[in-house]
Amino acid sequence: MSSNSLHYHYVVPGDDFTQAGKASSAVKQILKQLGFNPQTIRKMSISLYEGEINMVIHAGGGEIDVDIDDEKITAVLTDRGPGIEDVELAMQDGWSTASEQVRGLGFGAGMGLPNMKKYSDELKIDTEVGKGTTVTIVVKLAS
Amino acid sequence: MKVKEIAEKLGWQIIYGDGEREIEGGIYCCDLLSIVMGRAPSDSLWITVMGNVNAMAVAALADVAGVVVAEGMPFDEDALAGASKGSVTVLRTDQPVFAAALSAAKVLGLK
Ligand SMILES: Nc1ncnc2c1ncn2[C@@H]1O[C@H](COP(=O)(O)OP(=O)(O)OP(=O)(O)O)[C@@H](O)[C@H]1O
Ligand SMILES: [Mg+2]
Repeated sequence: MSSNSLHYHYVVPGDDFTQAGKASSAVKQILKQLGFNPQTIRKMSISLYEGEINMVIHAGGGEIDVDIDDEKITAVLTDRGPGIEDVELAMQDGWSTASEQVRGLGFGAGMGLPNMKKYSDELKIDTEVGKGTTVTIVVKLAS
Repeated sequence: MKVKEIAEKLGWQIIYGDGEREIEGGIYCCDLLSIVMGRAPSDSLWITVMGNVNAMAVAALADVAGVVVAEGMPFDEDALAGASKGSVTVLRTDQPVFAAALSAAKVLGLK
């Protein structure tokens, strides 16, 4: 482990759509202040936002831990929601179980997980039905 | 061209922001937020009917130059707070999305 590492912790309330995206915005602000390049910031912002929103609309909220060291930014999103039955299916473009209500807000294209895959350097999903989901997003720092 | 200049030229209302950002990513139209998140070019002008707080978060994180709320769709208090938090410039027009994009493209000289 690097000695120069920063940690941030966020609690994400469930089903509060006006708050959704707050943690991602805060992290973006921090990354900007730390002077990371725009591409790195964009990759983390998009991936983290999609993960944050998924916790809100599918899992009743959760928690986010962000670690920044010399080589990478790591975000771990933990929830105690329903879990994902078939991760492979969930990863496919266009697959969504979003309710009519959240579709009305513009969610439910089934592109959140594909975006996370596309914009992160590493994406790991640990999930158990009935227990919850832990999503780990890694964005490497350009050297 | 700056976002505020396009607003002036087309007579579109500026609902929030200073419109100082340059439109350098073209014009992008879509309403489904995760598609916008994944595909909208940064510094683009994003035209949508989604005038809600979540759209403002997407605009800020995808780093578009500005948002145009088309079809005269409503823009509520929460959305305004979101635009303020994300420093997003928001314009509004009664034009439908395609017509709005066409007028903006003409002004920007896009082909
Ligand atoms: N944290 C989670 N807990 C439970 N289910 C989840 C979680 N994240 C994703 N899912 C499931 O995976 C599906 C696909 O997720 P994805 O983010 O790709 O699309 P979406 O959230 O439905 O729509 P979009 O992200 O395009 O607005 C979801 O519809 C949901 O069924
Ligand atoms: Mg999603």
